[in-house]
Amino acid sequence: MVPEQVEVAVAVAVPPEDARPDDQLVARLRAGDPDAFVEIVDGWSSTMLRVARSFVSTEASAEEIVQETWLAVVRGLDGFEGRSSLRTWVFRILSNLAKTRGVREARTVPWSSLSLDDEGPTVDPDRFRGPDDDRWPGHWTEAGQPQPWHTSPVASAIGGEIRQMLAAALQLLPDRQRTVVSLRDIHGLSAEEVCTTLGISAANQRVLLHRARARLRSALEEYYYQDGPPAVTVEVTS
Amino acid sequence: MSSEQQGVPDDIACQHLVEIVTDYLEGALDPETTAAVEYHLTLCAGCSEYIDQMRTTIRLVGHVPVDSLPATVRDELVAAFRDFHAG
Repeated sequence: MVPEQVEVAVAVAVPPEDARPDDQLVARLRAGDPDAFVEIVDGWSSTMLRVARSFVSTEASAEEIVQETWLAVVRGLDGFEGRSSLRTWVFRILSNLAKTRGVREARTVPWSSLSLDDEGPTVDPDRFRGPDDDRWPGHWTEAGQPQPWHTSPVASAIGGEIRQMLAAALQLLPDRQRTVVSLRDIHGLSAEEVCTTLGISAANQRVLLHRARARLRSALEEYYYQDGPPAVTVEVTS
Repeated sequence: MSSEQQGVPDDIACQHLVEIVTDYLEGALDPETTAAVEYHLTLCAGCSEYIDQMRTTIRLVGHVPVDSLPATVRDELVAAFRDFHAG
């Protein structure tokens, strides 16, 4: 079991929600300013699709849920009391609609508990010295130690090939791991937002994030090592 | 220093560090464990590389393209917003 202080540490690390920019946005929305509405629809819909997709079985269902959510927002904005940020409020409507729909589709992702996918070592145990090693048990073996990838921060930033490879690796992750890592590392949600939206504990959020990132790192490692171990010389990238 | 003493400290094994690296990056470790991780990283090239690769992974994953709402759906929503405020 995870010690209590771990949960506390995360709760403290999350910055307080800033209500100021929201006030203006909400005022513009209530006044019927279409630019304000376009701003949030364009800004948040991709993330909302990702969230919805984690509760239902098809892209089409996810789109319908996002659409329903926005219509509920249009009609319900006068009822928004500003006790949370506008975004949190919109996402709460979204996850309620998505959960209801998920139940109707009999597709229940067991968000509250971890599964076998979420256990076991994330790095091949053969890469480490055994427990009986007389000098450094549990430390990297010479062959197992990670080698530099020689990525140039600018050049590698982001070839289409790497993007495609990572997109494919994401698809291979178990549903919950894919959802959490996408929301955190692609859509930029905070740990707390992910926990609230998906209804999971801070500890489980970290387990899912950890396993997903470890598998993606391993996919990148395979990609960078595909022509054998990396050369000592630094690659020149055009 | 003899070669025996130049190794990484015994308090954290690399095999354990790779499993708490996310807790470390998330700031979720207690201060003692955080200090132990940081000490280990100053001495262990393998784990330093591993954590750099985790950071690179996070950065690269951020560039994976996302789905967006179809333009027709988006336009319908904007029309619904206008209608609601016109009526």
